[in-house]
Amino acid sequence: MKLIDHSRVLNHMKPRVSFNIFFRSLFLLATLFGLLVLGILLYRIISQGLPYFNFQFLQNLPSRNPEQAGVYTALIGSIWLMAVVAPVSLILGVGTAIFLEEYAKKNAITTFIQINISNLAGVPSIVFGLLGLTVFVRAFALGSSVLAAGLTMSLLVLPVIIVASQEAIRSVPKELRHASYGLGATKWQTILRVVLPAAIPGILTGGILALSRAIGETAPLVVLGLPLFLAFLPRSVFDIFTVLPMQIFNWTSRPQEEFQALAAAGIMVLLILLLLLNTIAVLIRNRYQRRY
Amino acid sequence: MSETQTQKSVKGNNDTKLVYKTNGLNLWYGENHALKDIQLNVVENEVTAIIGPSGCGKSTYIKTLNRMIELIPGVKVTGEIVYRGRNILDKSYPVEELRTKVGMVFQKPNPFPKSIYENVVYGPRIHGIRDKKILDQIVEKSLRGAAIWDEVKDRLNTNAYGLSGGQQQRLCIARCMAIEPDVILMDEPTSALDPISTLKVEELLQELKKNFSIIIVTHNMQQAARISDKTAFFLNGEVIEFSETDKIFSNPSDKRTEDYITGRFG
Amino acid sequence: MGDENVNHSIQDLISKKFKKKRAGFSFERLVPILLFITALISVLTTIGIVLTLIFETITFFTRVSIVEFLTAKKWFPFSETHGSYGILPLVTGTLKVTGIAILVAVPIGIASAIYLSEYATEKTKKIIKPILEVLAGIPTIVYGYFALTFVTPILRNVMPGLEIFNALSPGIVIGIMIIPMIASLSEDAMSSVPNSIREGALGLGSTKFEVAFKVVLPSALSGIIASIVLAVSRAIGETMIVTVAGGSTPTLTWDVTRSIQTMTAYIVQVSQGDVGYGTTVYYSIYAVGMTLFLFTLIMNFIAQFVSRRFREEY
Repeated sequence: MKLIDHSRVLNHMKPRVSFNIFFRSLFLLATLFGLLVLGILLYRIISQGLPYFNFQFLQNLPSRNPEQAGVYTALIGSIWLMAVVAPVSLILGVGTAIFLEEYAKKNAITTFIQINISNLAGVPSIVFGLLGLTVFVRAFALGSSVLAAGLTMSLLVLPVIIVASQEAIRSVPKELRHASYGLGATKWQTILRVVLPAAIPGILTGGILALSRAIGETAPLVVLGLPLFLAFLPRSVFDIFTVLPMQIFNWTSRPQEEFQALAAAGIMVLLILLLLLNTIAVLIRNRYQRRY
Repeated sequence: MSETQTQKSVKGNNDTKLVYKTNGLNLWYGENHALKDIQLNVVENEVTAIIGPSGCGKSTYIKTLNRMIELIPGVKVTGEIVYRGRNILDKSYPVEELRTKVGMVFQKPNPFPKSIYENVVYGPRIHGIRDKKILDQIVEKSLRGAAIWDEVKDRLNTNAYGLSGGQQQRLCIARCMAIEPDVILMDEPTSALDPISTLKVEELLQELKKNFSIIIVTHNMQQAARISDKTAFFLNGEVIEFSETDKIFSNPSDKRTEDYITGRFG
Repeated sequence: MGDENVNHSIQDLISKKFKKKRAGFSFERLVPILLFITALISVLTTIGIVLTLIFETITFFTRVSIVEFLTAKKWFPFSETHGSYGILPLVTGTLKVTGIAILVAVPIGIASAIYLSEYATEKTKKIIKPILEVLAGIPTIVYGYFALTFVTPILRNVMPGLEIFNALSPGIVIGIMIIPMIASLSEDAMSSVPNSIREGALGLGSTKFEVAFKVVLPSALSGIIASIVLAVSRAIGETMIVTVAGGSTPTLTWDVTRSIQTMTAYIVQVSQGDVGYGTTVYYSIYAVGMTLFLFTLIMNFIAQFVSRRFREEY
C-alpha cells in the first residue's frame, strides 16, 4: 500500500527548486545591500569632503569662514579623550574580568555582577551622559572637562572591555595554569606571568574596539555640555575641550552646503583615526597570535 | 506481498533489477585521492554492506550515492553513478529529486528539534502532502515500520529530544521511510547506539529489506555478516572484493579481505 | 654529583626567598580585594544611573504632576507660563522611528543571516562578515550626516510632501545601522544549529530554502527574536541620527513625513541650549531619560529572558 503518489511528488519538485533559487538570490541581494550602503556612504563622504580635506584643514582652528575652518582643536581633543579613556577603562575592565574569571566563586553576587554588565551594555549612551552630568560635571565639579568626559566614556565602554577580556582569559588553556601552579607559583603570579600575557591579544583587541566606540560617540558629550565650537586647546585634564564628533555635529547642523562639506571632511578625519586604531588592533593580533 | 517480493529478489534477469551502477568513480578531497576507480552494482531489495577499516572511503562512497558529499567544500568527483538508468553525478539531475528517492540514515541520530509527529511528516509535507488524514496514516505506518510505534504512540506531540538514542535513531528511520523511498542508505547507523538498541535496529533491517533496497556502511563485521546479502570490502579508497556475503566471510578470494575479516588489521 | 649540588643550592635559594616573601604574602590576599573593587565599579555605575534618574525625576515630579507627564498630549516645555509636559509626543516620535528602523532591518538582517549561515561558502563569509563589522562600527554622527544630506534629499525627490526633518529618513538610516547587529546575532543563532540536523533535512530531499525555513529558523528562533529585541533597544536609544535628521517638533501623530522629536533628541536639544541648572526644563531631561531607560531596560530583560528560556538543547 503506497500512501505517497510519487508522480505528484515529482511534479511538486520543480516549483520547489525554483523557489530555492529565487530566495537564494533574494538573500544574496539583502547581504549585498549592506555592502552597497557602505560603498555609497564612503563615496558620498569622500566626494563631498575631499575639496576641504588637506593639511591646512588639520591645522586650522574652527572658524565662521568655511574656507579657513579646520579640525585642529577637535582632533587634539579626541586624542586627549583617548588618553584618559584608554588607561581608565583598561584597568577597570581587565580588573573586573580577572576578578570574574579567576577569583569569583559561582554565587549570587557573581551572577548579579555578570547580569549587571550585560544590562549596562544595553543602556543608551545618552543616559550615561546624564550620569556624567550629575556625578562628574556637577557633584565632582569637574565641569565640561577632559576628565569628566573621559570618566563618563570609560564607564560607557566598560562592558565592551570586560566581555572581551573575559573571553580572552577564558580561552587560556587550563594546562598553562597548571604548569605554573605545578612549579609552586602563587595564583597572582600565575595570572600576571602566564594568563595575562597569553590573553593580551584578545584584551587589546577588545580595548581598541572600546576606544573606537569612545572616540566616535557624540550624544553623551553633548549632555556633558562640551562646546560645539572651541578655539583653544586644553592644557590639562581639568580644562574644557571639544572632540571630532562634536565638531562634525556642529557643521552637519548648519544649513549651508559649505559647512556640510566641512562635516564630510571632518568625518574623513574621524574615519581615518578609526582606521588607524583598527589597523593597530589587527597588527597586535597578528604579532601576538599564539598557538597552544 | 512481502513473500513475493523476497522471491523476486532471489534471482532473475539482473539488468532490470539494478538500482545503482557505479562506473569508474574517482573522488578527491583537495589533493587526497579518497575513492579510486570504484565499480559496484547494487541490486533491488537486497542489503548491500560496505565494510573496511576507518578512512577506507566507505562513508565517502555512500555519501556520494545521494550527493551528500557536495556539502563538503573542495570535493572533486569523476566517473558515473547510474541510478535507475540516469547518471546522478550529472549536474542536471536535481539533487532534491535524487534524495527523495534515496533516503539516508546517519551515523548519529539527528532528529529535528520538533515533536515526534512533526519529524515524521516533515518529508511528506515539503513534498506537498498536506492532507491531515493521509499524514496521520503516514505517521502510523512509518513508525510501525520502524518498530517504534508502540513506544511513542501516546506521546507523538512531545519533543523528539526526549527519546533515548536508540529510539531517536529508529525515529530517524521512520522519518526516512515516510516518503517511501526506493533505496535507504545507512551510514554506520548503530555506531552511536548501545548493544540493545543496536539489536533492535538490526532486527528492523531484516524487515526493511522486504520493501527497500538497503546500502549500509558498517565497521562491525558481525553485523555485515548477519544482515547483508552482498558485501563490499573497501581498503584505501579501492573496492578490494565484492560478492555474496556468505562467500566473503567463508571464502574470501583476496588475501587482504581475509586479513581484515580475521582481525589481522583494521 | 655536581648536579645534585646545584639542585640543592637552587632549592635553598628558593626557600630563603620564600621566607623573605612571607611578609609579602598578604599581597596575594590584597589582590582579590582590589580586583573586587574594580568589579564593583560596574555595579556602582548602574546604581549611579538609577539613583541619578530617580532623584532628579522625583524633583521634576514635585513641579509637574506625573499624571500630566503620562497623559498630556503636548510637549511644550520652553514656555514659562504655558509649559506643557506630556511625554506622549516624544514617545510617539521614538516609536515611529524605531518602527521604521525595524521594518528595514529585520527583513534585510535576517535574510543576510540566512544567506551567510545557509548558502555562503566559508570564503564569502570571510569577506562579508568584516564588512558588516565595519558598518556596525561607523559612528552614529556619520549616519546622521548621511541621513540628512543624502537619504532625505532622495526621499524628498520621490515624496514631494516630505518635510526636511521627518521620521522616515532617520528611521531608514537607523534601520541600516542595526542591520549588522541583527545579521550577526541571528547568524550566530543559526550557525549553532548542528550540521547533522541540516544533513537530515537535506537527506530527505529538502531544498536549502526548506532547510533554512522549516528546520534552522524554528530551531534558532529564540536567538533571532533576542537579536531583534536588542536591535529595538538600540534603535530606541539612538540619538544623533534623530537629532540631526528628525527635527525638534514633538507631535502626537503617526504621520512619518512630518518633523518629529524623539526622547533622545529632546535631551540633546536641552543640553545644547543654555537652560539654567535647577529649572523645570533642566529636570525634565531626567524624567525623559528615565522613561528612555525603562524602555530599553525592559527590552534588554525580554531579550535575556527569551534567549535563556527558549534555548534549544541539541
